[in-house]
Amino acid sequence: MNNRVGIIRSLRDRLAITLIGGAAVLAILLYLVVRSYAAQIAQQGQDSILAASVTSILDAAILRDGEVEVDFPYASFSMLSTDSDDRVFYAIYQDDELISGYDTLFHSDPIPDADHRFGTATLQNAEVRVASAARTLIGAQVTTVISVSVAQTQDALEVTLNRISRNAAGFGAGFFLLATALSFWATSTTIGPLKRLTSSVTRRGPQDLRPFEQPVPTEMEPLVASLNNLMGRLDQSLSQSEDFIAEAAHRVRTPLATVRSYAEATLQRVGKPENRHALRSMVKAIDESSRAAGQLLDHAMITFRADHLDKQDLDLGELVGELVRSLTPIAEMKDVRLQIRCPETVNVQGDAILLQNAIRNVIDNALKYSPAESDITISVSNSAEDRIAIRDEGPGFPENNMAMLADRFTRGSNSEGITGSGLGLTIAQDVVIAHGGHLVLANHAEGGACVTLSF
Amino acid sequence: MRYFILLILTLIPAFALGQEWEEEARFGNEGAQSTLRVISSTDTSFFAPVIETFVAKSPSVAISYFVTSTAELNRIVRENPSGYDVVISSAMDLQLKLANDGFAKELTVDGLPDWAKWRSSLFAFTTEPAAIVMNKKAFPDGRIPQTRQELIQAMRDRPEEFSGRIGTYDVRESGLGYLFATQDARASETYWRLTEVMGSLKARLYCCSSAMIDDLVTGELAVAYNVLGSYAKARQDTSDQLQIVLPSDFPTTMMRTALVSAQSSQPQIAEDFVQHLISLQTGSTDNNMPLPPLDVENAVTGRSNIALEPALMTYLDRLKRRNFLKEWESAIIQGQ
Ligand SMILES: Nc1ncnc2c1ncn2[C@@H]1O[C@H](COP(=O)(O)OP(=O)(O)OP(=O)(O)O)[C@@H](O)[C@H]1O
Ligand SMILES: [Mg+2]
Repeated sequence: MNNRVGIIRSLRDRLAITLIGGAAVLAILLYLVVRSYAAQIAQQGQDSILAASVTSILDAAILRDGEVEVDFPYASFSMLSTDSDDRVFYAIYQDDELISGYDTLFHSDPIPDADHRFGTATLQNAEVRVASAARTLIGAQVTTVISVSVAQTQDALEVTLNRISRNAAGFGAGFFLLATALSFWATSTTIGPLKRLTSSVTRRGPQDLRPFEQPVPTEMEPLVASLNNLMGRLDQSLSQSEDFIAEAAHRVRTPLATVRSYAEATLQRVGKPENRHALRSMVKAIDESSRAAGQLLDHAMITFRADHLDKQDLDLGELVGELVRSLTPIAEMKDVRLQIRCPETVNVQGDAILLQNAIRNVIDNALKYSPAESDITISVSNSAEDRIAIRDEGPGFPENNMAMLADRFTRGSNSEGITGSGLGLTIAQDVVIAHGGHLVLANHAEGGACVTLSF
Repeated sequence: MRYFILLILTLIPAFALGQEWEEEARFGNEGAQSTLRVISSTDTSFFAPVIETFVAKSPSVAISYFVTSTAELNRIVRENPSGYDVVISSAMDLQLKLANDGFAKELTVDGLPDWAKWRSSLFAFTTEPAAIVMNKKAFPDGRIPQTRQELIQAMRDRPEEFSGRIGTYDVRESGLGYLFATQDARASETYWRLTEVMGSLKARLYCCSSAMIDDLVTGELAVAYNVLGSYAKARQDTSDQLQIVLPSDFPTTMMRTALVSAQSSQPQIAEDFVQHLISLQTGSTDNNMPLPPLDVENAVTGRSNIALEPALMTYLDRLKRRNFLKEWESAIIQGQ
């Protein structure tokens, strides 16, 4: 029986990969969103402090006697202290002229009395954030515009961002791990019913073709329904074919037996030699047909049963003994002795009907192809290699096509005039193969055929 | 003392180098491979033990030690940043601005709390309160003022005793004096009243703490305001006529700072030197160094130090400085 099934990626893997992949994408997205949001907030924080600093300087600007004084408070710069000790630059312009601070800080020329302007610049090899604003001062004679820029490096911001990035990465990773664990859990719960169905199918015996009745999820309902349907039909067709074989055997054999008995009876009454000869040929042909029908049906039965072996614990010695007892009358007609050699109890697992059939066919051959007043020895052993050996004292197998004798409908050159269909050894061989063994034909050096059934 | 010789400690005439130093000294072996140039506002006598222990540890290094005023030091370093390796000054504001303007190199120096360094490039190594130093003879009743308020009262009570005998920094000249004055002014209005009283008593203005202490010892001065306590203490050993008072109303405490020039030609040696200095100043308290140590414990709770922060640049602003000096002048020079 072929157990191979074409396999594509498992449902469980697909489900897990989809869920984990989704979780990974979400985790990365979470990281990016949190990071950029945090960067925005951190930048806003720095901007608002810079703006406050600018405002406090601008507010301190006054015109006194036509001259600008900017007596800004200590807090203007002390509010810019950070954990990373960021550098601070500033510039105070009156109209377009620097009156104090760093001339390296660019003059951004902000609109007077409007909102603060922010920008990023490079100053002394450092990236700085600049806030600027301007104010109009109106004095008695003069009107002047004071503009103030305050710049700060972004080291502390960087530190904050790195910390937030690390935290966000941690969150992302945590989310991912959690989602992965969840997806494994979800996958196994989803796959669970499928697994349960599989194991209940596997656990079933060969004859068990009952429908599955445990509840299954909706999605599996069509599958299980068709499975049940399929098994129902299988069960039906199996019992049909079993019935059919029995029926056919009966139907063929009965009329043949009737015809044969008529022919025999007629033979008694016919005197003419040619008529007698014809009738004898007729009887012979009927025998051949009957035999062939019997063997064919047996073979069909064996082929069918081989797929569903009904294995039981068998006492092989007892089985052979019974068989020999039923064959003894035929053997006695030929003055042949059937001898059993079974020194110990041999217990095996096997299908009794098939094994009986196989052994009967081999003993039947020994009876048919060996001379009268000889012995047939049937040895039963505990070794699997020569479980049953049947040996006669006849001429042995014809050497020329010995290898093919177990093939279907193949008969040897020594079978002329002997009724047979060429299926006996085929049946024996099929049975041992179905039991996981093999059949060996051999001729003994001192004469006699020997058939060994190993299983 | 076995490993090095103190080579010279001489005053060099102005014309010799084109640069007039208050003091100039060289430490270390004659055949030393490299010479570390340290420019400082701290008197050589205070720094010699630090340098001597350093050259003893690293015999291949000699050290040239130049002393000048804080304002002059700031100007020299800005003009010629590659001319000096280590810059040491008591004017925290000027030092911080040097660091802020990129003149200081970032170092990895161990053993300092966060508040004692700025940007890993400016390192504090002393804690020195500004003191009121008084000649005990001027207070025969022994009632020595403990706060600025009491000092004002004492001066108002006996103007004839104190007239012309009060000394303080000329903040126009001295960077440290300006720092003390601005921090005082920031802390309390009392400063301005005190300055006005001192001005009315024809206060004498000095460039540096040591000169004020000299005049205190001779009795020429009765009171010196905002003198470095450490300098006074060093002199008190020889003369117990002085009384050092750390005003209890609000203390002003300065930290001396060191930085390594960003353009130093031997940054590694300079860094080692700064590390050595800091290890000495933060280590065991029983070292008999003349430099006061960095007060690592008290500073955390006391919070009396002038903080190392960009706000120190506030009073260095041109407009702010102009304003402050105008006000200060009108207060102190009123009667003169
Ligand atoms: N014991 C034996 N001694 C000699 N030849 C044998 C023996 N058994 C089988 N053979 C040879 O092997 C051939 C095949 O045997 P097989 O049993 O398959 O067919 P069959 O006996 O001819 O017909 P049947 O189907 O009726 O048994 C026989 O025709 C015979 O030539
Ligand atoms: Mg046969």
